[in-house]
Amino acid sequence: MDLSIFLILVQDGVVNGAIYALLALSLVLVFAVTRVILVAQGEFVAFGGLTYAALATGQTPGAIWLLGGLGLAAFAGGLWQERRRMRGGALLRHALFTLALPAAIIAATLVLAPRRAGIVVEVLLAVAIVTPMAPYLYRIAFQPLGNASVLTLLITAVALHLALTGLGLVFFGPEGFRAPPFSDAMILAGPLMIPGQAIWILGLTLALMLGLYAFFEKTLTGKALRATAVNRLGARLVGIPTAQAGVLAFGLAGFIGALSGVLIVPLTTVYYDGGFMIGLRGFTAAIIGGLGSYPGAVLAALLVGVAESFSSFWASAFKEVIVFTAIIPVLLWRSLRHGNGEDEE
Amino acid sequence: MSLLEITDLAVAYGGIPAIEGVSLSVAAGQIVTVIGPNGAGKSTLLNAIMGILPASGTIAFDGAALGTSDVSERVQAGMSLVPEKRELFASMSVEDNLRLGFYRFRGQGRAAMEAALAEIYDLFPRLKERRAQDAGTLSGGERQMLAMGRALMAKPRLLMLDEPSLGLAPRIVRDIFHTITALRRTGVAILLIEQNARAALQVADHAFVLETGRVTLTGDSATLAADPRIVEMYLGQARSAG
Amino acid sequence: MTRPGLAKLWPLACIALAGLVPWIPGMPAFWVTLLNYTGIAAIVAIGLVVLTGIGGMTSFGQATLLGLGAYTTAIMSKYYDLSPWLGLPAGLLVTAAGATLIGAVTVRLSGHYLALGTIAWSVGLYYTFANLDLVGRNDGISGIPPLEVAGYRLLDARMSFTVIWLGVLLAALATMNLLDSRAGRAIRALKGGAVAAASFGVDTARTRLLAFVYSAVLAGFAGWLYVHMQRSVNPTPFGFYQSIQYLLMAVIGGAAHIPGALLGAALVTLVNDRLQDILPKLFGARGNYESIVFGMLLIAVLQWAPDGLWPLIARFRPRRRAIQADAPRLAAQTMPERGSTLLEVVRLRRNFGGLVAVNDIDFTLKAGEILGLIGPNGAGKSTTFNLITGVDTPSGGIVRFRGGDLTGRPARHVAAQGIARTFQHVKLVPTMSVIENVAIGAHLRGHASPLAGLLRLDRAEDARLYAEAARQLARVGLADAADRPATSLALGQQRIVEIARALCLDPVLLLLDEPAAGLRHNEKAELSTLLRRLRDEGVTILLVEHDMEFVMGLVDRLVVMDFGTKLADGPPDAVRADPRVIEAYLGSVE
Repeated sequence: MDLSIFLILVQDGVVNGAIYALLALSLVLVFAVTRVILVAQGEFVAFGGLTYAALATGQTPGAIWLLGGLGLAAFAGGLWQERRRMRGGALLRHALFTLALPAAIIAATLVLAPRRAGIVVEVLLAVAIVTPMAPYLYRIAFQPLGNASVLTLLITAVALHLALTGLGLVFFGPEGFRAPPFSDAMILAGPLMIPGQAIWILGLTLALMLGLYAFFEKTLTGKALRATAVNRLGARLVGIPTAQAGVLAFGLAGFIGALSGVLIVPLTTVYYDGGFMIGLRGFTAAIIGGLGSYPGAVLAALLVGVAESFSSFWASAFKEVIVFTAIIPVLLWRSLRHGNGEDEE
Repeated sequence: MSLLEITDLAVAYGGIPAIEGVSLSVAAGQIVTVIGPNGAGKSTLLNAIMGILPASGTIAFDGAALGTSDVSERVQAGMSLVPEKRELFASMSVEDNLRLGFYRFRGQGRAAMEAALAEIYDLFPRLKERRAQDAGTLSGGERQMLAMGRALMAKPRLLMLDEPSLGLAPRIVRDIFHTITALRRTGVAILLIEQNARAALQVADHAFVLETGRVTLTGDSATLAADPRIVEMYLGQARSAG
Repeated sequence: MTRPGLAKLWPLACIALAGLVPWIPGMPAFWVTLLNYTGIAAIVAIGLVVLTGIGGMTSFGQATLLGLGAYTTAIMSKYYDLSPWLGLPAGLLVTAAGATLIGAVTVRLSGHYLALGTIAWSVGLYYTFANLDLVGRNDGISGIPPLEVAGYRLLDARMSFTVIWLGVLLAALATMNLLDSRAGRAIRALKGGAVAAASFGVDTARTRLLAFVYSAVLAGFAGWLYVHMQRSVNPTPFGFYQSIQYLLMAVIGGAAHIPGALLGAALVTLVNDRLQDILPKLFGARGNYESIVFGMLLIAVLQWAPDGLWPLIARFRPRRRAIQADAPRLAAQTMPERGSTLLEVVRLRRNFGGLVAVNDIDFTLKAGEILGLIGPNGAGKSTTFNLITGVDTPSGGIVRFRGGDLTGRPARHVAAQGIARTFQHVKLVPTMSVIENVAIGAHLRGHASPLAGLLRLDRAEDARLYAEAARQLARVGLADAADRPATSLALGQQRIVEIARALCLDPVLLLLDEPAAGLRHNEKAELSTLLRRLRDEGVTILLVEHDMEFVMGLVDRLVVMDFGTKLADGPPDAVRADPRVIEAYLGSVE
């Protein structure tokens, strides 16, 4: 292997790793706030990518009907769960969030999609269509479980992944799609040719991470989310509605997933069930980082990305094997460090 | 009219009653204490009032029944609880812990928050020294101050304190009780649960004695402080016999 | 030998009756095949009963483990012309080895790490199958020989049916045996909390590993049956999606019950078959539409019936256990001489951040005495207790027991030294009877391996363990409650059951954590009498209490703690008169 191939592989790895880092961050966040290990995170990536691909070719994405359906289900579910408590203002807010919001997004899509409103509008629209799905799903699947064990929540997350994959097939069909890149520019840097899309990915990832950092460090809402993760009872005692914190965390996960999908669909063909394997890489990174550390997750994600690009060069058939079994030595190391293993959940 | 009015409250854990038929009231600006031996159900009582535990019976705050409203709604209504275990945000700074106490007023802007923060630092200068430190690194007494400070950031009309002297050295216990006396002047009503019966009876206007989940004695604090039954309750009949 | 009760036999009778199903005249072959798939799935689901329903862990890799077993026997019989009967032990060995690898690295971590590890690992192995030339990549291996019995090749679906359902019967029996053995009780004890199990000498990490490897071996067994019935193999049935289906079966049926596994396997297999017919017509295209239904179904079951369907059909009623009172007694400890120093605590210290919970505590305990460790709430008594019992690690100081250093040793090691304990918040296993819970206490006094339990070679020893449990129950006066579900007793009695469980360890030292908390007046009096009797029988007792009245008349000596430090040490009368103690309890007046 010569230097230029090496650099190209590193570049590939870093670009993919940036996406995995975003996903890993949102997995860590969702786990900290809700104790849910969001296996279904990858579905938001696939849905975001496919929705953008449809919009970018002037089609009306099927995802809007999925959005409407999930909103309706969340409305009904919320009404049922809180039938004794919800009234007046709370009911109105619930209806606005689960009925009016998707209705508005659907209407906007129906108007804008056929007109080719430009990349920025299409990106925003794709993200807007997919993002609210995540909090709706939290309402439907996780909120009723209350204080269930991490294991029950994990099984639920896997079940959700299963259902979403099937729904993806219904609403997007079995074919894969690819979208044109945001820009056709190429930047020459020594032996490297960096495509514009890669710059977009790295730039947006960095901006998003800085945005998240500012949100969690500087705003009271962000701190409230952290507080919920640190001490749930403490958070309730200062008046933070922890169920809403869960909705917010899922909203961020949906947003990050959808945006990741939009960013990668110009690079690779996305299929309705392709999100799982992408999500799983973010997930591997989150576990390697220890499921609790944000910088750890980002670093691990970059490593996963680079490991993936090198293994696809050397043994492309086994790249998945290499990427996923890498988790075992990490777990072993954590296990040895952990001591006598008599911890309670 | 009472600020807090509890009628016939009962809480059960898996069919086993923890408290039963408890009725008590706290008037605005009053300090009321609930004392009693360990396991009598004192913490259960506060947790039920705050909405952390489901309970039967009625709890009315400021004339309105609380029903099944959530903890956060009760905070919004002007109730704050400092729980026995403090429940601080251990990996966040002292100042962030306090700022989060202001969550109820998050719409009121930065100036209002800084003003509230300054008041708490006046009350607990020690917290100001430690403002950048993680809450988890504080000593026991500082943790209690932080927990009280965080609760006061929400400017409650009813402050509930669950064993504020728990596990603290006598000198710090004295400070805490001085603070409680000082708070009285701000007009906040306090419902105080204490193991340290003598100190509690000294600061309180009115007291309830809780034994095995029921109110067995009630009266103004001065009278109860002189009641020999209190000593017996804590040290057992062995003492009066021996 | 204890005779299995009727309640235990009827599921077996049902299975035996089911053996006749394929020979019902006019039974379509298609239904027989469906039942064969049900049987194979049921074996995997039974493994998940042990792992998930009883052990409280989960694997998303059962289908992959099944694949390991299947590929092993496929390679051996197709490429090396070895008999499928050799493929069975080889397949089981390979699955067990694979499960040990993935299990060993995760069982020491929190419960969900095993599940996470299996997801990544099963995706990795799936791609290995799909890309390895040796196993025919995505095409797999075909033309695998069928099973042969006495020269007769089992090609017909009805023949396979007999073999598969015999396999189900075997798996169910072996699992029942395992769960009823010493190792099985250890697995069931995990439900009462890892700390409780470890306090009776259960190696919780090894026990978790055992549960996982056992479930893997059953999956490998199912894989062997599958391959020789199907006679071909490819990676598809061994993927993540299939693994979720197995978990779904266990959860729907009721993950803690063997019949629930059968029910779940049957339901999911049948519904799956129907859905694959109906859904494509509905959506007008082919695809995995049934995953929508299964995903939603799983979510609904977890929300509405988290214990699955089986408990709705049959209630939990522990079976009556016949006790062989004449079984030879277990070996007993030699008790230390009365009055000799048993436990020494020297400058014991524990900090939490800036908080000093235990501040240089010193005390000693002599054999044959009852020592009370008392103090107001928050004084650091419970922390001290945890430091001695190995639940928590001291920041400084020494704990010495019978001259040996015990400082910072894990709970399991503390138990092995002859120190037994009870818990402030009672930790009994709700799905076990009183006597089964008590028998967990004797874990270290038995030696039967899991394999012996599986094969029922442990009956003589188990009878001795149960006889001991019955004796200890009688000793505390609860012989009548032996066969009741443990958590159906009143709180006071549950505390006594915990004492019986602790006595089963044959302890030199009995540690009681707030034994009187929540007890009524007469219950306290009875407890007092019991503890005094135990002391007279030679048991040394250390109890942590805040209830002064209870300890005053009971203990020989008191150590009083307040805000982490020792306040007083001496006989009850002297301590009671100590003004500092009164102040600690009532508070000062300044």
